[in-house]
Amino acid sequence: MKLYQKPKTPTDLPVLKPFVVSGSKTWSMETFGTITADRRILVAFAIFLIAWLSVDVVYAQIQSDTNQSAFATLIKWTPLMLLGPPGELGGFVLNIVVSFIAMALGTFLGLWLGLGQISLNPIIRRSSWAITQLFRNSPWLVLLFYIMLLMPFRVTIAGVDFDIPGWWKAAFALSLPIMANISEIVRGAIASIPTGQWESAESLAFSRTQTIWQIILPQCVKRMLPPWMNWYCILTMSTPLVSILGVSDGMSLTQDALAAESRSEFLIPMYLWLMSWFFIYSYPIAKLTRRLEHRFAVNE
Amino acid sequence: MSTTTAWSPDQPIVSIKDVYKSFGELEVLKGINIDVMKGEVICIIGPSGSGKSTLIRCINALNNINSGSIKVKGMEVNNLELDKLELRKEVGMVFQQYNLFPHKTALENIMMAPLKVLNQPIKEVEEKARQLIERVNLVGKESSYPGELSGGQQQRVAIARSLAMNPEVMLFDEVTAALDPETVNEVLLAIKDLAQKGMTCILVTHEMGFAREIADHIYFTDRGVIVEHGPPATFFTEAKDPRTQEFLSQIL
Repeated sequence: MKLYQKPKTPTDLPVLKPFVVSGSKTWSMETFGTITADRRILVAFAIFLIAWLSVDVVYAQIQSDTNQSAFATLIKWTPLMLLGPPGELGGFVLNIVVSFIAMALGTFLGLWLGLGQISLNPIIRRSSWAITQLFRNSPWLVLLFYIMLLMPFRVTIAGVDFDIPGWWKAAFALSLPIMANISEIVRGAIASIPTGQWESAESLAFSRTQTIWQIILPQCVKRMLPPWMNWYCILTMSTPLVSILGVSDGMSLTQDALAAESRSEFLIPMYLWLMSWFFIYSYPIAKLTRRLEHRFAVNE
Repeated sequence: MSTTTAWSPDQPIVSIKDVYKSFGELEVLKGINIDVMKGEVICIIGPSGSGKSTLIRCINALNNINSGSIKVKGMEVNNLELDKLELRKEVGMVFQQYNLFPHKTALENIMMAPLKVLNQPIKEVEEKARQLIERVNLVGKESSYPGELSGGQQQRVAIARSLAMNPEVMLFDEVTAALDPETVNEVLLAIKDLAQKGMTCILVTHEMGFAREIADHIYFTDRGVIVEHGPPATFFTEAKDPRTQEFLSQIL
């Protein structure tokens, strides 16, 4: 991909000057520099967290309070916030599980919806477009409420009752906006493949289906990977939304822990603690996404 | 609209009759007639925008014609029920921009269509692909990706890729126009080799010297009609139409 192209006709309008995104080179000292710089951010974050907590411990001791320090409280609640109540799936782990399921389902549905958007059949094409637009432009929380209230909590199949856990419904609800956005990514990536690829496949007697699956989509993977990972990060950051609907994810268990402690000064460290997990989990993914974007941009 | 008829080698393998084609308001082809016998090499020349590329793209149904008839081995191309896949097994095409599949190596590019479209066994296909690599003089480049090859090398892979389908007719759409001057020759040599081995070739080209050398018949098109045609010996020296004379004087 060219970042800058000379305008074909002379122009007085301002043009985008060529620029180099730092770290866009292949492996070199420069890349090494950017990575260490990013590590520094992580380290700074950790130091800040530790410093803040130690001050808190000291403060609690000076007050000679009989209550626990914030640090001890965090340690006490960490297993619950992280793993949920014993014997149940919950806490931060549930956030990750929900993000996996929603992403897998959203990607699968989104791929077909995206292919539907380029279908030669006008009915399929238009309805795929409409579904895509509907779910892309709906607030996630509204979709969550809608699905949680719409889907039954129990289904009976062949006389056997199956309970549908709330977090399963939540994962399905979150997969809908992901589906719509993946659909757009797929459509856009296919449209970005030069028509010459279609023509040469066609003249080699490939059918349309063969062309799409064997020639066009494999070339799209590279283009789709960075935005796909980006949406995964957005999705993961959005999973605490499910706490509003009574799913025992990390967010709602943190709220429970705070309610049990009923000490308002713990509010900041507890949420910060939870936040740092999300950060540590998604930051490397975001970082990798950026690296991939640059690498693919240079290679094309 | 006539349909498929039997074809025998004494009939033209490609028969273009009274073909009209327009893109919206713009008439690109206005009554084209060309007959190509098996083993013949035809060059179509003419100024840009004269409809040369459109014409050969119509032969393998990449573009549809508005009226007239194009028959390839008896198969009517101007037919809504045309089995395009059958047609394209007979007609290979090489493009100006090579259009190799960038995610596949040179060898895989050549093997792909026989494997996936003709469902031939992989061993046979690979053997044949290696022979083709040798034929276009690219031994050692089997596992290179298109991005690692020069334009001329890519174009030769593209020729080999088309040949892997065992076509009866090869179409070349300005295949040297995007190449560096020093690599043009290697591609022309590959085409010449094909032509000498009896492949039916239809070329759109700006390489007049080459056309003169290998063509059995040259057609000059301008504004959608064939202005003049003839064997190269007479075409270049005894052009009668003033448009042909002007074109030749500019280009030679």
